[in-house]
Amino acid sequence: MPIIEIVFYLFGAVLIASALSVVTVGNPVYAVLFLVLSFFSAACIWLLLQAEFLAIVLVLVYVGAVMVLFLFVVMMLDVDGEQRRLQIGRYLPVGFLVAVAMAAQLFVLIWTQGLELQAMPEPYPESFSHTRALGELLYTDYLYAFEVAAILLLVAIIAAIALTHRRRPKTRYQDPSDQVKITKGERVRLVSMASERETSEARGGNGDKS
Amino acid sequence: MLTLAHFLTLGALLFAISVAGIFLNRRNVLILLMCIELMLLAVNMNFVAFSRFMDVMDGQVFVFFILTVAAAEAAIGLAILVVLFRNRRSIAVGELSDLKG
Amino acid sequence: MSIQTQLLLIPLLPLVGSLLAGLLGRQLGRAGAHWVTILAVAGAFGLSALTAWQVFIEGLGPLNYSVYTWALVDGFTFEVGFLIDSLSALMMVVVTFVSLMVHIYTIGYMHDDPGYQRFFAYINLFTFAMLMLVMANNFLQLFFGWEAVGVVSYLLIGFWFKKDSAVKANLKAFLVNRGGDFGLVLGVAAVAYYMGSLDYWEVFANVDAVSGQTVTLVGDWQWSVMTVICICLFIGAMGKSAQAPLHVWLPDSMEGPTPISALIHAATMVTAGIFMVARLSPLFEQSATALSFILIVGAFTALFLGLIGIVQNDIKRVVAYSTLSQLGYMTVALGVSAYSAAIFHLMTHAFFKALLFLGAGSVIIALHHKQDMRQMGGLARYMPITTATAWLGSLALIGFPFFSGFYSKDMIIEAVKASDRWGSGFATFAVMAGVVVTALYTFRMLYLTFHGPTRMDDATRAHAHESPWVVTVPLILLAIPSVGIGYLTVEPILFGGALADAITVAPAHDVMAKVSEKFHGAFAFGLHGFVTSVFALAMLGVGVATYVYLGNPKVAQAAKDRLYWLWTILDQKYGFDAFYQKIIAGGSLGLAGGLSRIFDAGLIDHGVVNGSARLVSRCARLARQVQTGFVFHYAFAMIIGLVALLASFLWLQ
Repeated sequence: MPIIEIVFYLFGAVLIASALSVVTVGNPVYAVLFLVLSFFSAACIWLLLQAEFLAIVLVLVYVGAVMVLFLFVVMMLDVDGEQRRLQIGRYLPVGFLVAVAMAAQLFVLIWTQGLELQAMPEPYPESFSHTRALGELLYTDYLYAFEVAAILLLVAIIAAIALTHRRRPKTRYQDPSDQVKITKGERVRLVSMASERETSEARGGNGDKS
Repeated sequence: MLTLAHFLTLGALLFAISVAGIFLNRRNVLILLMCIELMLLAVNMNFVAFSRFMDVMDGQVFVFFILTVAAAEAAIGLAILVVLFRNRRSIAVGELSDLKG
Repeated sequence: MSIQTQLLLIPLLPLVGSLLAGLLGRQLGRAGAHWVTILAVAGAFGLSALTAWQVFIEGLGPLNYSVYTWALVDGFTFEVGFLIDSLSALMMVVVTFVSLMVHIYTIGYMHDDPGYQRFFAYINLFTFAMLMLVMANNFLQLFFGWEAVGVVSYLLIGFWFKKDSAVKANLKAFLVNRGGDFGLVLGVAAVAYYMGSLDYWEVFANVDAVSGQTVTLVGDWQWSVMTVICICLFIGAMGKSAQAPLHVWLPDSMEGPTPISALIHAATMVTAGIFMVARLSPLFEQSATALSFILIVGAFTALFLGLIGIVQNDIKRVVAYSTLSQLGYMTVALGVSAYSAAIFHLMTHAFFKALLFLGAGSVIIALHHKQDMRQMGGLARYMPITTATAWLGSLALIGFPFFSGFYSKDMIIEAVKASDRWGSGFATFAVMAGVVVTALYTFRMLYLTFHGPTRMDDATRAHAHESPWVVTVPLILLAIPSVGIGYLTVEPILFGGALADAITVAPAHDVMAKVSEKFHGAFAFGLHGFVTSVFALAMLGVGVATYVYLGNPKVAQAAKDRLYWLWTILDQKYGFDAFYQKIIAGGSLGLAGGLSRIFDAGLIDHGVVNGSARLVSRCARLARQVQTGFVFHYAFAMIIGLVALLASFLWLQ
């Protein structure tokens, strides 16, 4: 058995096993960790498919950022013990049935279309750079989509901050809309009051000066 | 010999597992979000496999975008989750029925 | 001025006058409005008289030309056109003359009415419509004029629209006329269908081609096309000329002001049906069946509706029933193919009936709009001119020799006697008996109104006086033709062939030719009139009326008590009104109510409108159950959809 198949089956088995664990394990912290494992395995399989850049991105971005975010949230939310336990029994039949039906259908679909005859293509030559090929495509044909994706991420950042950001009562803020709405009367209050009488000396003094 | 079907089967299994996970889970919205991530991973797996076997790079560009969207979705989903927990002190799926018409 | 301009001006002058008085009435003021309209009608009358002179004396041939083409549709031309021959020239003179008299008279009658300008606008508009009707050279314009006079009639009957009875009466007139107009529309449509044209002359030229055809209407019965067309057209005439059983609107139309009763419901509009049948004589000559139908309807109307006049107490209603009866005479004349006699009677009747109506109106003015004859009597002392003219009109009406009505009515009776058409036996009896009835109710009205002991209350009597000159002058001007026009024109119109260019009579039907054998000049005919049975019958009626209403009034009451059943029948007008009210109106209301309940309320409101809302609401209530609010339920639905989609892929390969 060639090494490539051994690698595929090995990481495939780890992937399936960890994915199963994600959905069955009770503790969300464990679930996140298993998720990390499954992403890692998937990245390895992608390496088999010579998608090096994507595999690295998966590990760096997903495992390094998103999964950490998950973990962070899991830790932050004080999920009590009751919620940690998984109640499988009641919903197992339905979930199992649907999953099996779907898997069966997909198998039939996959294994009857002649796809099982498509062998692995020849490996790319040594000089081939996957990152370069992807980059050329991304910054030419898909430039517009790329920009949109960038905006999407920006929106996601803003949305996440706006959703979770909390105002503290003691902090002082500027409110631009209040600043714009303000009227003259609210800025300066003119108080009319009786002015002081000028004394005759003062008048006399002025007279002298002028 | 490895064929395209092997990789697709792997993706299909992954997908079916995550579907089952969505059904099984009644306790925790977090697990739901993770299942969605798994589904996206299954889809990405198919994209990469097809892209490699048909020697078309565009499929991998799609993977790239899906990763982007998935990251955004995870960020916002988690943010919502935080707000939800802050308001209700619970993230149990079985208790969230405010969408009811 | 060319003849075309002259003819165009005749209908246009009243139209312009009507628009001025109607739209600028406030600016013109009362006097301005009546001056504008009267001058317009006077102009129309002058030009009509000029036209008549040219046609009858100078021998201007029949003119048939198109003025304006509305539309060309699929081979049909819809146009405004004039057909000027002896018939239309005669009608134009009659219409404009009576209209002019009525216009002048209106100044006095409507003196204090707030709707003065509106009234003048209406009667001027009416004159326009009637002129368009009689001058038409095609069926479409005939129909236009027909409907236009109907509309104006509706407006005028309901002129006092604050009066409940007037509003009901005009609605009734409109609805009953709708029944007749339906027949007319069918007739015109049948003409267009079979003849392929709406122009009179083209239709007349095509008559022979159609006369043999038959059509199946109901069952297997084969109808002659001409019979169907003629009966349909005549049903239209029955509505407009108030023939039984479509006569019920005319007595009620007396709710309108008296001048229009004279103009519209005696002299002009109601004669439109008679005019139409005479105008279309080439068509009607083709169908003896239709003519018999006309004869029977006319005879029934002439006798039985006259009888009702005997029991009426409202002075205007007596005249109205007499109008019905006289229209019946004209219809009888049409039915025996004596079209010229019908037109002749139409003309004389227009004058003396307008005179009688205006006389009645004069009385009504004097008594401050009281119309009940039981509260009159002895008015001759207060109103000499009105009384004298009313006598002249009445003598003309009963057919006293040498008066205009004598010539026309006796000619009709002679024509009916000479005819051998199916139904002429009944018609002869009807017109002879009708003479007695006519004399009876006419003199009853005269005596009750002008003679005998007065039954007015003191206040009314104190105000009773002769009407102003604007009222009496038209009376006098109408009295002149009422007396003399028959003597002057009987020979040319009936026997001299003055109408020959407009009226077609099949030689086999030509009863007037038979009558002419007995006719030896107007004077001789008048003298002979004193020794005929008709005169004896008229005198019988006069005698009875004199005895009962002047000599011994108790007899009337005794006869009423003795023959109460008969009086009831007459008072109920043979139950026509009750029939229409209960069966037609009640039936329509019931049907409409049922339909509205079943279809409108039940099907549309309850079923479609509310039902669809309820259906949506119910479906939504069911669908709401699906929306549990649990995320996994929605996810489940999506996954099920995905499974189904995959299954479809599998199944479709």
